[in-house]
Amino acid sequence: MVFAQVSGDVEKTITGGTLKVATAISVRNLRKVYPGQPPVVALADASIDIKDNEFFTLLGPSGCGKTTLLRMIAGFEHPTAGSLTMHGENLLELPPYKRPVNTVFQSYALFPHLTVAQNISFGLEMLGKPKAEIGRTVDEMMALVKMTEMADRQTGQISGGQQQRVALARALAPKPRVLLLDEPLSALDFKLRKDMQLELKRLQMETGITFVFVTHDQEEALTMSDRIAVMNAGEIRQIGNPRQIYDQPAERFVADFIGDTNFLPAELIETAGQTATIRLSSGKQIAARAAESGSQKGKVTLAVRPEHASIGPEAEGLLAGTLGEVVYFGTDTHYHVALEDGTGFVVRQQNRPDATAQFSSGDRVGVHFAPGIGQVLKD
Amino acid sequence: MADLSSAAETQASRRRWLLLAPALFILVFAAAGPLLITLVYSFLTPGDYGGVEWQASWQAWFNVVMERDIFDDTLGWSDAHLSIFWRSVKLSLMTTVLCLFFGFPTAYFIATRPKKQRDLWMLLIIIPFWTNLLIRTFAVVELIRAEGTVNTLLIWLGIIDTPIQMLFTEFSILLGMVYVYLPLMVLPLYASMERLDFSLVEAGYDLYATRLKVLRRVILPLVKPGVIAGSILVFVPSLGAYVTPRVMGGGNQLMIGNLIELQFGQGRNWPLGAALSITLLAIVMVALMAYVRAAGNQEPHRV
Repeated sequence: MVFAQVSGDVEKTITGGTLKVATAISVRNLRKVYPGQPPVVALADASIDIKDNEFFTLLGPSGCGKTTLLRMIAGFEHPTAGSLTMHGENLLELPPYKRPVNTVFQSYALFPHLTVAQNISFGLEMLGKPKAEIGRTVDEMMALVKMTEMADRQTGQISGGQQQRVALARALAPKPRVLLLDEPLSALDFKLRKDMQLELKRLQMETGITFVFVTHDQEEALTMSDRIAVMNAGEIRQIGNPRQIYDQPAERFVADFIGDTNFLPAELIETAGQTATIRLSSGKQIAARAAESGSQKGKVTLAVRPEHASIGPEAEGLLAGTLGEVVYFGTDTHYHVALEDGTGFVVRQQNRPDATAQFSSGDRVGVHFAPGIGQVLKD
Repeated sequence: MADLSSAAETQASRRRWLLLAPALFILVFAAAGPLLITLVYSFLTPGDYGGVEWQASWQAWFNVVMERDIFDDTLGWSDAHLSIFWRSVKLSLMTTVLCLFFGFPTAYFIATRPKKQRDLWMLLIIIPFWTNLLIRTFAVVELIRAEGTVNTLLIWLGIIDTPIQMLFTEFSILLGMVYVYLPLMVLPLYASMERLDFSLVEAGYDLYATRLKVLRRVILPLVKPGVIAGSILVFVPSLGAYVTPRVMGGGNQLMIGNLIELQFGQGRNWPLGAALSITLLAIVMVALMAYVRAAGNQEPHRV
């Protein structure tokens, strides 16, 4: 019995290992330039492979080209150059109504002249599905997004959160191979947004459809995504899973955009693989992570997350400075330290009921962080 | 006490009437009054040199659709009047349909231009509208008359040998009316299309609707108020058109407006003119009610 079970597991691992995850969407050197004086480069040679069943997020500030890329996948914009394929099929030749993708629009774009059920059935009708199948799928979809009781309401008579769910159901009903979501949660209030984040993740798991999600909210990206592409000024700056993006930002922009970061001037002494030895402005040496590509020796920037650092007595710290503002946030406290070399540094410490060592504004303090926790950034 | 409060009440009601006076004045003297006079005249006897004799008669109403044969006194339908009614309704409907046909793409084109360009395009639509109706009508005459621009061009190109008779036909009336009333269709259509959320059009494409289906299932239902308003604005003045059929129809292609004018002028039959006017009003009312009801009842359908 036990033996059989083990062998079964082994078999599973073997098949799992040989089973290659297919690429759903392949973006190659996609470029979009809007004519004008000077021409506006909305997207500069973007290349991404989005895998099957992946929750992929395009993250960046407004105007970074993430929506342009999404609209090109949907077919509403045409690239200036580059290629775009889905499971090997050239998407660029197809008009939007022939692409097996559906979009959840930022404004939801629900048809105001149709009811909730009619909105959801629209795509299925256009595909010419038989009536019985349409009815069944619409019921299924309304149950999936918990809108069954609202079937005959006009879309103007339901709340923002409900409209959001109808928009989702409408886009999921034709069972697209890829679902595109253009900042779908930005119009919702905080509490509803939190609920919908979980809901979206659940829907993605249940349907197994590839989600391409556009957002400017880094927290949203980190909590929901399998992988994230961070974009800025029309370029993709880093692609990775949330942990990689947060812990090993490839460059200053990514480190700055995702979460809060302290940037310290430092000197790179040597690198061994992905570990670097650096010298801080205080003269103390410490190990840090470096990007794979062999970093140049000399001046570098070290990124340290506020929650990865701690403050203590001046003598125990790697860096010394004067404590400025102390801001209480409930779950944690932010200590703003002015370091001796002039840079500012924020330490975020969790508040515990047994906390004893308290520092107050004006005290001399030391800032400490563990070896290998800082990230060396190419400047 | 009671006297005081009733006096205050009288004063308040007097002020209310005073405030209502301008509106009442317009309603009584510009709308209800003239209409009432027309209605009364339609039941009187025509005077010998125009005007009316104050003698009640059904004759005018009888003559709207019927006539007595001058030789054998038998009753019959008034073919002349009926054919004029029919031509008026037919040409007005055709004008409305053609204005919709040309106005819809025009309005859609303008509404999809960048914001800065739209005003310029609208100005191009509105400029002819500000031009005097007679001048615009004669401009069309100049184009299509026997020695006009179109015929000259066609002969010069060798496509035809003799000029085509376009003026003084129903075609020329139709052309004139479409040209004159097109802005009245484009303006309300544009107003409703400008408010159209074009992400709905994208949503339609995204959900596998072809261009034609997006037009039929998304755009048309959403701009329906504009279509209704534009159709009414074109149909109503078309039905009562006077100048265009007079100039373009040349006197042998009458519409109701011309027939009414004839009765008050050369015909010297004011009661008949009055009865025809009321008939025109009735046709317009019936058409409007039928149209609005048909357009309003149309439920959003489910295939």
